[in-house]
Amino acid sequence: MTEGQTPEAGASVVQEQPSAAGKPSPPEERSFVQQLSTSVNWRTGLLIPFLAVVTALIIGAILIMLTGSSFGQTVEAYAALLQGSVGSVKAISETLTAATPLILAGLSVAIAFRAGLFNIGGEGQILIGGMFAVYAGFSITGLPIYVHLPIALLAGIIGGAIWGFIPGLLKAKTGAHEVIVTIMLNYIALRLVDFFLKTELFQREGRNDPVSKTVEASAQLTQLLGWMNPALRVHLGLIVALIAAGFIHWLLFRTTTGFEFRAVGANPNAARYAGMSITKVYILVMMIAGGLAGLAGSGQILGVLDRATPGFSANLGFDGIAVALLGRSNPWGVVAAAVLFGGLRAGGQQMQVSADVGIDLIAVIQALIIMFVAAPALITALYRLKTPAVSTQISKGWAS
Amino acid sequence: MNQASAPAPRESYELTGKRTKELTKRQIRKARISGIVLLLLSGLVMLVFVPAVSGVSTFGLSTPDDAIQLDSLAVPSAGSLWVLSAVLAFLGATQFFRGFQGKTTIILGISFGVFAIALMVWAASGQEFSLISMLVATVSRSTPIALGALSGILCERSGVVNIGIEGMLLGGAFTGVVMGSLLGGWVGLLAATLTGGVLALLLAVLAVKFRVDQIIIGVVINILVLGLTSFLTAQVLVKKPELNDAPIFAAVKIPILGDIPIIGPMFFDQTIIVYGMFFLIGSVTYLLFRTRWGLRTRAVGENPKAADSLGVSVAKVRYLAVIYGGMVGGFAGAWFTLGSVGRFDENMTGGRGFIGLAAMIFGAWNPIGAFLAALIFGFSESLQQKFALLDIPIPSEFLAMAPYLVTIVVVAGVVGRVRPPAADGQPYEKQ
Repeated sequence: MTEGQTPEAGASVVQEQPSAAGKPSPPEERSFVQQLSTSVNWRTGLLIPFLAVVTALIIGAILIMLTGSSFGQTVEAYAALLQGSVGSVKAISETLTAATPLILAGLSVAIAFRAGLFNIGGEGQILIGGMFAVYAGFSITGLPIYVHLPIALLAGIIGGAIWGFIPGLLKAKTGAHEVIVTIMLNYIALRLVDFFLKTELFQREGRNDPVSKTVEASAQLTQLLGWMNPALRVHLGLIVALIAAGFIHWLLFRTTTGFEFRAVGANPNAARYAGMSITKVYILVMMIAGGLAGLAGSGQILGVLDRATPGFSANLGFDGIAVALLGRSNPWGVVAAAVLFGGLRAGGQQMQVSADVGIDLIAVIQALIIMFVAAPALITALYRLKTPAVSTQISKGWAS
Repeated sequence: MNQASAPAPRESYELTGKRTKELTKRQIRKARISGIVLLLLSGLVMLVFVPAVSGVSTFGLSTPDDAIQLDSLAVPSAGSLWVLSAVLAFLGATQFFRGFQGKTTIILGISFGVFAIALMVWAASGQEFSLISMLVATVSRSTPIALGALSGILCERSGVVNIGIEGMLLGGAFTGVVMGSLLGGWVGLLAATLTGGVLALLLAVLAVKFRVDQIIIGVVINILVLGLTSFLTAQVLVKKPELNDAPIFAAVKIPILGDIPIIGPMFFDQTIIVYGMFFLIGSVTYLLFRTRWGLRTRAVGENPKAADSLGVSVAKVRYLAVIYGGMVGGFAGAWFTLGSVGRFDENMTGGRGFIGLAAMIFGAWNPIGAFLAALIFGFSESLQQKFALLDIPIPSEFLAMAPYLVTIVVVAGVVGRVRPPAADGQPYEKQ
């Protein structure tokens, strides 16, 4: 449970009281920044994440200098990072392209967090979802895009949901901790992809290396800015991801199911006593989380890669954890965090090419960001802020 | 949570008797399911393995340089498989109809052992299968898993969940090889141990002082170390390969004991890191269950409030246990570089830390139990290695999946029957 939820719950109660008296005030009208700042107070919602990012970048810079680069080279590297993320239309397109799967992977982790589960299985769910999507993408031919593309995306969602169903079921029925099960399923999915890419079912004709057949044009996510320049890769998947964020927000805060998710996340015993089925919630939430990650995988396959190769998930599942934490498990916060991390990813590429600083530095920066967001006390102590900082607490040990 | 109101619902829940009834029903269903699994395995042996074999299966029991040479063990392939299949069918049927109740875990363990033997008989049909080299590899490969589990046990017995074992292993492997290349293997081993300790200090400070979610810190440690070691490998080790070329500890044969057939090569002709594992398993068992320090650590892990009221400093106990645990994890990391190949590769630990975590749960948070569980994982890994060498018609990807599948089965099957320390994962706030 994140600290931010309590004030938010309070805020929605306050808002619903006048609406009961016949004065409806639809919260959907609130702007994005307002949503963030009212859902959590502005210090924990904006200031701490901002300082977390800055501090992580500073430590990253120190690290670059420790590996033998001069101060000038370090500045150059960060200039390349900035240039590669927001420096041009192409850079912004790359940032949004990288942010697309991160939004979905982040939502996947966030919705599980809300129900008190920790979904580290994004990697596996992305891989399985992507494999389902690539299969639907190349095996079906002759359909128009408005039929074929939804089928391929749906296939991806189903694949991911299956991979999320397993840990959900095991957690609910046997108490097996979802962290271990999802990590193991990641490794299993990785091997399954390696195996299937070498079978006739998937492997491209005439190839010995593990590469799948190419997705039909009718299943590819259209480039949004292709009319300006075919090199601008940002694709329809971005819109899909934003719709998914809206859907998850609606599901979590406007439906009974979402209320049950949050209730189980807050206190499973109380939720059970109130007559909610923990089994149902655990299975359903993991299937939705898996489906979102599966959608992230299919977006990568149908929008960027057009084919599957071993390990195409490229750590997106783990980056999703960072995104969810930075976004405080709020769907719109996740979108903002994903755009930031998309920028880091896109800029990291540029940094590697033009300043010869390895892209793995981005992983270090992301880990530091998660740490500072999860332990705001570090930030408040470092910058001598007066906010009482309460740490994030979502997990409940092995037994629960 | 409100202390006064919490027990009330639970009591009424138990009074209805619903809970106990539900549990027995669940037990029956579990017995049925495991019975069916065993019967299926028996069928697999009978219908798939038996038709595929011919002649005899030969198992090598000695390496050429052993002092006492044992003859190879040769068994008729088909006949042995029939016997093994019958044993599995008997155990499966008994489990299905009657259930072994309290002994289920042991029976299941024996059954999977029988199945593993059947697998080997099938694989060795018509060729020589060096059983002894596989058993030696089993002990060696279970070393990082057992030590990883031990690292988890030390932390969790004091009430701090350590998901970051994987990162500690990887960090230890990295600094081990760098310091080992510069200053020799022993310094490398020390550096690896200290690296684990430093990472554990981060875990301890955030978990104990700042009361951050322990699973998140573990994940942070894993991502941080993976990113950092990969970054440094690309930036530094690739440009200076002399930093990534450490001496490897050779196997040290213990006189007399090392000459015992089978047991000798397995346990008394290994590297210093394997011996370190034996020593640590033994000493931590003693320390945890026979000393004042161990009692305090376990008390803090079970009921920090009670321990605090008796004057035990919860924070101090947790700091110490977590740092010791981290040092064990870092030491284990040295196995990957100083204990086997002498060079570091990105993400070379490949999830062994998580398998160690599963071994910890399987072993019920007990060092000896975790060691036995680690042996099972080590066996599964070395079997996979062996099968890759022999010409076995199973895709290597499926063999590579085996340890992970076993982990899921173990965690799903054993959790609930074993109990973690009661305060595991809960930050303690002094009142």
